[in-house]
Amino acid sequence: MIWNDSIECAPRADLERLQSERLMETVSRVYHGVPAYRRKMQEAGLVPGDIRGIEDLAKLPFTTKGDLRDNYPFGMFTVPMSEIVRVHASSGTTGKPTVVGYTRKDLHTWAEVVTRSLCMAGVHRNDVVQVAYGYGLFTGGLGLHYGTENLGATVIPISGGNTEKQIMLMQDFGTTVIACTPSYALFLAEVMRDMGIAPGSLKLKTGIFGAEPWSENMRREIEQKLGLKAIDIYGLSEIIGPGVSCECEEQAGMHINEDHFLPEIIDPQTLEPLPPGERGELVFTTITKEGIPLIRYRTRDLTRLTYEKCVCGRTLARMEKCFGRSDDMLIIRGVNVFPSQIESVLLEMSETEPHYLLIVEREGNLDTLRLMVEVQEQFFSDEIKALEALRRKITQKIQSTLGISVDVKLVEPRTIERTAGKAKRVIDNRKF
Amino acid sequence: MIAKQVSVFLENKSGRLNEVTRILGEAGINISAFCIADTSDFGVLRMIVPDPDKAVEVLKAHFFSVRTTPVVLMNTPNKPGALARALQVLSDENIFIEYLYAFSMNEDSAVVVIRPSETDRCVDVLTRHTDDLG
Repeated sequence: MIWNDSIECAPRADLERLQSERLMETVSRVYHGVPAYRRKMQEAGLVPGDIRGIEDLAKLPFTTKGDLRDNYPFGMFTVPMSEIVRVHASSGTTGKPTVVGYTRKDLHTWAEVVTRSLCMAGVHRNDVVQVAYGYGLFTGGLGLHYGTENLGATVIPISGGNTEKQIMLMQDFGTTVIACTPSYALFLAEVMRDMGIAPGSLKLKTGIFGAEPWSENMRREIEQKLGLKAIDIYGLSEIIGPGVSCECEEQAGMHINEDHFLPEIIDPQTLEPLPPGERGELVFTTITKEGIPLIRYRTRDLTRLTYEKCVCGRTLARMEKCFGRSDDMLIIRGVNVFPSQIESVLLEMSETEPHYLLIVEREGNLDTLRLMVEVQEQFFSDEIKALEALRRKITQKIQSTLGISVDVKLVEPRTIERTAGKAKRVIDNRKF
Repeated sequence: MIAKQVSVFLENKSGRLNEVTRILGEAGINISAFCIADTSDFGVLRMIVPDPDKAVEVLKAHFFSVRTTPVVLMNTPNKPGALARALQVLSDENIFIEYLYAFSMNEDSAVVVIRPSETDRCVDVLTRHTDDLG
């Protein structure tokens, strides 16, 4: 089923006219409402009237995670806090998170795009959707939740973790759709096998998987082990959360909800826009958002776009599965991790440049994070109990900053390889 | 007497202790006494050497994490019950011991290396009881 076919199947010219109107309106709103945007536009010698349609998009300056950090927490909001009805947050590049705010209309938009996504995935109102994304500041849980309710399907708001209970409810409540990270889907399959439950005995037919990168191989493995159709959903909290784009049952690229989020692909080095089909960094401009509209926001995700009409009938642009990042962000168990976050925790504790190495592995389908920290003079104590206390303190601080568990190992100075004077900070041994 | 003990951070893997002793040997530094405190991942090597400053210098030059810690060296007769008497005295005076190790000099005397909670008071107490402990 197509939820909103007048938009999702609109002729390109009609869609572009709508995008142009909404872009102009958004630019005018942020120029007058957010000092940071006005300053950036003035520096570029622009006034809102210079943007007369989507063909002028490339004139506008980019927005980055750094801008959100500089205006932490609410400086980029376009409306007074009295209009904001919810906030969410994701990892920032340092200790402070990236905060986003939603007006009532934004929440409505979000539910709409998630509902469209669910329909793309083949979900309908008599389905039972188990939302095993985390509920909380993370957008995954609540995003899928309200989209499911909006569709009229039944939502099981179980949130993440508690794997055996997840499986019990799948059996008892007749879950037909599971929404979680793809690595957790594989973990579920493993636990089911240990519990002696054949996936064929469950009613699962569709999986809505996102929040971390996964390959076509992983898709085949999940589909085979859980006996369902695995659909890729994409989103980031800065733009709205899950539902920015989603695959249809053709599994041939994710349809971008272009009437709300205007996509571009740029060369991450030259920052020049690239023509359709070329691989580069994905950039979004939100054209209906009220709480925190973002102009040319650099997602750092690498992908490419196609504007060809899909077999399903939708004309919305499609993006390929993201194949990497143009920065050093890691996604571990669905959580965004920047090496700089770890650096700032260690800096806080020692006041000198720390040497550390993050090692990410995938063990039994779950990602594990190991942190090796060199015991420099400033950390070194003669007493074992002080060193153990140091190790625990680092572990706790990092866990509370990142929100995921980490195994900290203290190592001798100069153990961590330095390349041309600069240490290598991350080893990612996962195979996607 | 108070001495500077040299402590080195070591990862719990083969060859690390060998490396430290090789460096000190090449620098002509003798190790009078040492002990290792360890966990499953790492350990601390503690040593008494004749020239602690030089030991620190050569180990730092090889990028080890090194530091010196004041410890109390106590001479005690090398015979049964001598250590017990010394520890009784410290216990009676409420001096806590973080760690301790010992080495015998010859058949007659031994040296106990003590890392007490209060270094100066420990020396003071032991000095006051020299006669009882001899």
